[in-house]
Amino acid sequence: MSILDVRDLQVEFRSRSRGTVRAVDGVSLTVERGQVVGLVGESGCGKSSLARAVVGLEKHSAGQVLLDGEPVTPVGWRRRSDHDVRMQMVFQNPYGSLNPRRTIGSQLRDGLRTPASRTDPDGEVRRLLDLVGLDPATADRYPHQFSGGQRQRIVIARALAADPDVLVADEPVTALDASSQAQVVNLLVELVAELGLGMLFISHDLALVQEIADVTAVMYLGRVVEMGPTAEVWADPQHPYTRALVEALPRISAQPSLPVSLRGEVPDAARIPSGCRFRPRCSQAMDVCREDPPVVSRGAAWSACWLGDQIPVGAPADASEGDAR
Amino acid sequence: MTPLLDVRHLSVSLPTSTGDFVPVIHDASLHVNPGEIVGVAGESGSGKSMTAQALLGLLPSGARIGGSATLAGRDLLALRGKQWNEVRGTDIAMVFQDATSALHPMLPIGKQLTEHMRLHLGLDKRSANRRAAELLDKVRIPEPERTLKSYPHQFSGGMRQRVAIAMALACEPRLLIADEPTTALDVTVQAGILELFDDLRRDMDLSVLFITHDLGVLAALTARTYVFYAGRVMETAPTTDVLMTPRHPYTSALLKARPHAGDAWSAAADGTTARLQTIPGIPATPASAGPGCPFAPRCAFRQDRCTDAPPPLLDIAPGHAAACVVQPDLGEVPA
Repeated sequence: MSILDVRDLQVEFRSRSRGTVRAVDGVSLTVERGQVVGLVGESGCGKSSLARAVVGLEKHSAGQVLLDGEPVTPVGWRRRSDHDVRMQMVFQNPYGSLNPRRTIGSQLRDGLRTPASRTDPDGEVRRLLDLVGLDPATADRYPHQFSGGQRQRIVIARALAADPDVLVADEPVTALDASSQAQVVNLLVELVAELGLGMLFISHDLALVQEIADVTAVMYLGRVVEMGPTAEVWADPQHPYTRALVEALPRISAQPSLPVSLRGEVPDAARIPSGCRFRPRCSQAMDVCREDPPVVSRGAAWSACWLGDQIPVGAPADASEGDAR
Repeated sequence: MTPLLDVRHLSVSLPTSTGDFVPVIHDASLHVNPGEIVGVAGESGSGKSMTAQALLGLLPSGARIGGSATLAGRDLLALRGKQWNEVRGTDIAMVFQDATSALHPMLPIGKQLTEHMRLHLGLDKRSANRRAAELLDKVRIPEPERTLKSYPHQFSGGMRQRVAIAMALACEPRLLIADEPTTALDVTVQAGILELFDDLRRDMDLSVLFITHDLGVLAALTARTYVFYAGRVMETAPTTDVLMTPRHPYTSALLKARPHAGDAWSAAADGTTARLQTIPGIPATPASAGPGCPFAPRCAFRQDRCTDAPPPLLDIAPGHAAACVVQPDLGEVPA
């Protein structure tokens, strides 16, 4: 059984002027122990809404989030159950994630949950700091005495204080400089392997996800359009959107060239195009794309596109009628 | 060729509340030729943005400046007070990272675009509007006439950055300074803005000083690059040389720490997963650096002499210089 199982998750936001906006529209994915699942997409695609709904910071309107087989309750006034605390989140901004007026040791003690921490909380704090590569003697310091990369390590240590099974990291290194980025990313990947955690790693940085994720999911306008083992998704992207993302990455090479831009922008989630949601920006859009695209499997990977070259799996029965609308 | 912008031995230090001065730029020399896009790379605190501010007279008051900076022969560092108004916007214009805060949220785009054209170029309202529409067309904004009446919030981040570029181009500056103009944008949108810069260079012979932390962006767009660290130029050469055959350990370490897939330097160029190589320690600032090479404490090739005196920028090949006395073999791009 997967440690994290997200089934057909929907997240909706209501506002007076725009009505109901469905930011996440039926996303399913699983994370195993010791596995990094990368989720990539442009801003506005719903990846952060998905992350927040998975950990329970946002209520989902439909679907299920199962942690170790049991549903996660959205955060409310009640104290979080011991079960739900086993999923922890790391946010983008380490400056905003820590209380500037409390020592880091005191903030780490808040989250301690392991049996060892009852008898020796200070020892446990030192163990956590050591685990994330910080000097255990720094527990008495305040957040401003650390650099951005070090603060993100503290945030990771605090997430680990709860002895989690799953980490959800939403753009954890975006705010950091290149050299600390690499350090923090490596730390996360090591922890996943060492402690047998499952990690959902959300990033707009495709290259980073390519480098560390075992499985990559590409999200567009509230839906996952392609998912599979990272090596397969990258070596041979099937969905035109994935291909566009890959081609837009600037690369270092002996024959430099400009990256290829993708026309248009992610549409407003309140006005979602019919059929394939990528259709208005797709260079290969056809009449049939007005219908919901079929899910096409290729080995362990799949994509939701009419261009799929194999027999469609789960295609709607009336698909052959083409552009009926 | 006479450079358009010629900065020599620029040093800047800023006053602190205690009356001391903190160095932020040490002896930096750089130049931009007409019609050339030149990259400035570095992490935060490297002095790359401070260099831009010095060139626009935007340094905090009380800053100590040494060296020289000329734009087409005009001494920029000698300008005082209102004299800057003849330079800013007309000779040198700037594009910032955050287009949202570069635009006034409550004024229509047209008003913001025409204001300084009427002031600097003395155009009347109608011809200023016509020119504004031309500019929007030039930066590939659809329906320029309608855009003039729109407000910034009606546009996406990429479109707002295009408006900010149009605004910078309004008075036909000789030099455009772009400070991380694509950092806040998605890769797909970034690609469009990079394309726009390249087109403007080709069509208008625009000169650009392009500041970025992203080595991939440098590779795609710039002809030459300066790598900054702790307020110093560590390496400079044609961009392809800097990125394919780096001669400074810092440049090489940055390249190897970069996660970018499909790169010549990527540890996982074949699409498999791998660990990133890291640079130990944290970035030095000009204030925290010792008397020697500021990168020495983190450098894998450090020798005793590195910490004695700051390394001079040594010529290694034509147009390629690196501030490293050790000159270690940094290896080749992995095949």
